[in-house]
Amino acid sequence: MCNVCGCGAGEARIEGLPTGQGARQGRPGDAAGEVSPRGWRVTDSHEAAHYGRGPAGAQAPGMSQARMLSIEQRILARNDALADENRRWLAGRGILALNLVSSPGAGKTTLLVRTIEALQARVPVSVVEGDQQTSFDAERIRATGAPALQINTGKGCHLDALMVGQALSRLAPPVDSVLLIENVGNLVCPAAFDLGERAKVVVLSVTEGDDKPLKYPNMFAAASLMLINKTDLLPYVDFNVDKAIDFALRVNPALVVIPVSATTGAGFDAWLDWVDVHLDEARTVVPLKADLYAGKGA
Amino acid sequence: MHEMSLAEGIRQIVEETARHQGFGRVRTVVLEIGQLAVVEPDSLRFCFDAVMKGGPADGAVLQIDRVPGTGWCAQCAAQVEIAELYDPCPRCGGYRVQVTGGTEMRVKELEIE
Ligand SMILES: Nc1nc2c(ncn2[C@@H]2O[C@H](COP(=O)(O)OP(=O)(O)OP(=O)(O)O)[C@@H](O)[C@H]2O)c(=O)[nH]1
Ligand SMILES: [Mg+2]
Ligand SMILES: [Zn+2]
Ligand SMILES: [Zn+2]
Repeated sequence: MCNVCGCGAGEARIEGLPTGQGARQGRPGDAAGEVSPRGWRVTDSHEAAHYGRGPAGAQAPGMSQARMLSIEQRILARNDALADENRRWLAGRGILALNLVSSPGAGKTTLLVRTIEALQARVPVSVVEGDQQTSFDAERIRATGAPALQINTGKGCHLDALMVGQALSRLAPPVDSVLLIENVGNLVCPAAFDLGERAKVVVLSVTEGDDKPLKYPNMFAAASLMLINKTDLLPYVDFNVDKAIDFALRVNPALVVIPVSATTGAGFDAWLDWVDVHLDEARTVVPLKADLYAGKGA
Repeated sequence: MHEMSLAEGIRQIVEETARHQGFGRVRTVVLEIGQLAVVEPDSLRFCFDAVMKGGPADGAVLQIDRVPGTGWCAQCAAQVEIAELYDPCPRCGGYRVQVTGGTEMRVKELEIE
């Protein structure tokens, strides 16, 4: 609809079903919440209060019928509230959820396939695949034996928390597992949409140029880890790894960087170690969280 | 760009507020958009006009207040202003600046009638 940004709403489909109708129930154990035809969950005022809706109604002392109403609400408050729900649901089950973001073709799916092959003998892995169209990537994942669910965002250029919440209820990832979310190939929009993941992993391939972190700073600022992929191609391209790292750290001094090749497996030991550390963290908080949410049937 | 989704979010907030406060029309929507946020104001304006059609803010003026970017420089142990996420500290020239403000995207006020 919008020919400037290409974003559309209410067109997303999860494996053939429109998100607004097919997957009304939200996440498992949470039957409340209705999805509007626009594809957003409808909440009542009590729920709205949870995401910082202040007491609106401040009135300018004017005499005209027009008056100012103080709102002070984040534009993405609804997405953020749903993301928090997802995060709680995942935490209560000790599931490590990672949101993988990159430009189109940086190697996310190839990387996921190799990662699943390395992990699945010791920990269950499930995958949510986001693409504008086709279920090719989900099929590539399923070939590994791991369960995968494809979300097609239509004209939308990013996954949002509602889509992922619905995907969780379909996929029902097991306790103590890894959930890998492959976002739509796009270095801009996914930076703004929290899905409830534990960390964003940005994949930068060496064929894209070492100045990407400065061109798309928000994504590198939002990520916890940067994987520099396709390092097997370094002899053939003009890509300075040190420069790319330096640029990325300018944007985000706390960013961890691991160079890898999804094709040869180079660097995978370090990447899998990073996953293990975060999986341990996700699992460790389980007893606490499980107690917290036991009463809610989560 | 995801300005369409942002415009949808604004419409949601406007409609919900209209329901609870019982007003009919919105004259002005005032946003607070940080200088470092992932938003292109021009494309947001374009999407805003399209998305508000048929709702309480149909034809409303969109006012965008920019909030400056700020960060904490570890070297200087001070709060500094930055125009871009990758800008160095204006005091010491170092890059160890953690962003502390200027990424917000909020609906601040509605002028209603
Ligand atoms: N040489 C080399 N090629 C790679 C590597 N990783 C991925 N590729 C190739 O890059 C192309 C794109 O890989 P995908 O895994 O489909 O990339 P993607 O990020 O999932 O792409 P989208 O989902 O379309 O955004 C394929 O031809 C891969 O074989 C790598 O480490 N080295
Ligand atoms: Mg892919
Ligand atoms: Zn977008
Ligand atoms: Zn400084």
